[in-house]
Amino acid sequence: MDALLAQVFTGISAGAVLLLIALGLTLTFGQMGVINMAHGEFIMAGAYTAYVVSTIVASTELSLLIALPAGFVIGGLLGLALEASVLRWMYARPLDTLLVTYGVGLVLQQVARDIFGAPAKEVPAPGWLDGSIPILGYDFPLTRLFIIVLAGLCVAALLAVLRFTALGREIRATVGNRDLAETIGISTRRTDQATFFIGSGLAGVAGVALTLLGSTGPNLGTSYIVQAFLVVVVGGIGHLKGTIVAALGIGLLQAFLAHALTGSVAQVIVFLAIVAFLQLRPQGILSVRTRSLA
Amino acid sequence: MKKLYPYVGWLLLAIGLLVLAPAVLSDFRLGLLAKYCCYAIAAVGIGLAWGRGGMLVLGQGLYFGIGAYAMAMHLKLADAGPGGVPDFMALYGDAAVPGWWEPLRSGALAVVVILVLPALVAGLLGLAVFKRRIKGAYFAILSQALAAAFAILLVGQVKTTGGANGLNNFQGFFGYALFDPANKRMLYFLAAGILLVSILAMAWLYRTRFGELLVAVRDGEERVRFLGTDPANVKLAAYVIAAVLASIGGALFVPIAGIVSPDDVGVVASIGLLAGVALGGRASLLGPAVGALLVGYAETTLSEAFPGSWSYFQGALFVLVILLLPGGLAQLLGLVGRANAHRGDSASDHSPRGVPRGKRGETEVSRSASEEAAAR
Repeated sequence: MDALLAQVFTGISAGAVLLLIALGLTLTFGQMGVINMAHGEFIMAGAYTAYVVSTIVASTELSLLIALPAGFVIGGLLGLALEASVLRWMYARPLDTLLVTYGVGLVLQQVARDIFGAPAKEVPAPGWLDGSIPILGYDFPLTRLFIIVLAGLCVAALLAVLRFTALGREIRATVGNRDLAETIGISTRRTDQATFFIGSGLAGVAGVALTLLGSTGPNLGTSYIVQAFLVVVVGGIGHLKGTIVAALGIGLLQAFLAHALTGSVAQVIVFLAIVAFLQLRPQGILSVRTRSLA
Repeated sequence: MKKLYPYVGWLLLAIGLLVLAPAVLSDFRLGLLAKYCCYAIAAVGIGLAWGRGGMLVLGQGLYFGIGAYAMAMHLKLADAGPGGVPDFMALYGDAAVPGWWEPLRSGALAVVVILVLPALVAGLLGLAVFKRRIKGAYFAILSQALAAAFAILLVGQVKTTGGANGLNNFQGFFGYALFDPANKRMLYFLAAGILLVSILAMAWLYRTRFGELLVAVRDGEERVRFLGTDPANVKLAAYVIAAVLASIGGALFVPIAGIVSPDDVGVVASIGLLAGVALGGRASLLGPAVGALLVGYAETTLSEAFPGSWSYFQGALFVLVILLLPGGLAQLLGLVGRANAHRGDSASDHSPRGVPRGKRGETEVSRSASEEAAAR
């Protein structure tokens, strides 16, 4: 029973990390069809933000709380810069954005390597996240619990923004029908920029959170980005609910398989499971009835 | 006359590779060029699948790796002699050759594996993916994840694949000693020859009905379906050919480079293969191969001169070429447009038709349909 509970917890916490990363991706993918491979580097930027804040702010208690919004802003600004400089010219050929943003990601990685050096940096976790709390006889590490809560808060905040604010209405309108949204006076350009800011900002937040789990290096993002894209694909592009289910599902599946087999075999099986799943539902968990002619 | 343009280019490339380079370059540089040729063979396949077929193949490292590891395993077993155990297995493993390695003892079977296994894998995956009409970004992400999974698997199996170190230290290649410079030159001519032959094969393929259909599928998949041809079969064939070419490139890479490791097959390596294709011109005949050779050369030169600058260069290359010059160098030369103008096909139109405006409108229809469904 203990082992089962431990696996469920590991799975949910891995799923929460995936969810944090995939939230921003599904947002930009869904609205603009942009496949942002530099998303991984925005995560890295968030993680380095946490590192920089931790060197400035002496109190580890405070630095995490400062780093979270700072990471959001840094990630968001990077995303905004990417959108304004490159992506705005490429909305007509979404598939090509993948390689362009990959190139941007390469440059950002090297920038990080030049500024911070190749060796990984450690960010001290705040004291109030030390240790664990026992639930049902199993000790839950507080850092992982914090990430689960953080992912939940981000989802709630995003849903609230989408549902209750003027910006959220504009985003939903643009996703639904771009041309019609424009005819009723929504600036889809501005909406795109706002979406990109939020999506990339969430990557920054994810980066700050990842510093709690391990060290920060220039390649931090690349190790997560492939899986995050799988989450988006399985969840169904542009569907938040699907993304949540997919992230938790993949996290749980991986945790259980890794427990039963080895980690590397588990990853391969998860991939094959995803191919098989797409056989059943090619458009993801929340399927889209398509009349696409292209 | 215009029909001859690609062949003039091919002839120039052949003279450069087979006559000029061996005469001018030192053995060391020629070995490097041989390595670029291996990448270029894979790039020719990517040109077919991506440039002509519109399938963004992000995981060709998988097939490159299948060929490379099959060859490496065979060379290891051949070095160990009949019944022998490769050195690294004695080091990390159980000092026994696992059953699935045994068939690779035979050189003929190794060649069969190199040619057939990637075709089988690509065929099965392609059937699963294309028949279900998974395409575009979905396909790109899946193929990328496949390469990532393969690399992870290789790292995890230290006992039988050498793990993160990969396989290296090969002594012979089908009976030829690899330390002998003459045999290294022979390997270079083998790689350059296969590259040139594969380009010729593409030139023929592009002119066949299949080649025309492939471009048609890229530019208007649904229209091809309406005309009574299953686009899935067309894409499948192109994907399988690309996979086999990548595998051949990988197999030649092993004796030439003297090492293969999971780094050569993972996500970064797979996307790296695309850099040359994008630079040269993805839909042109010679572009992918020439681009791959150029990128390989640039990588070596820049890494020697300014360590660390290669990432900047490769990143800038992806951004600038795809943003400003989606047709690559071939577009710059205008060769593609002129060579294809008489047929009126759209090989020079690299933002596939039907994607921009039309598709956007159509996906909106589907999206609003889904929202209706959600509202109900």
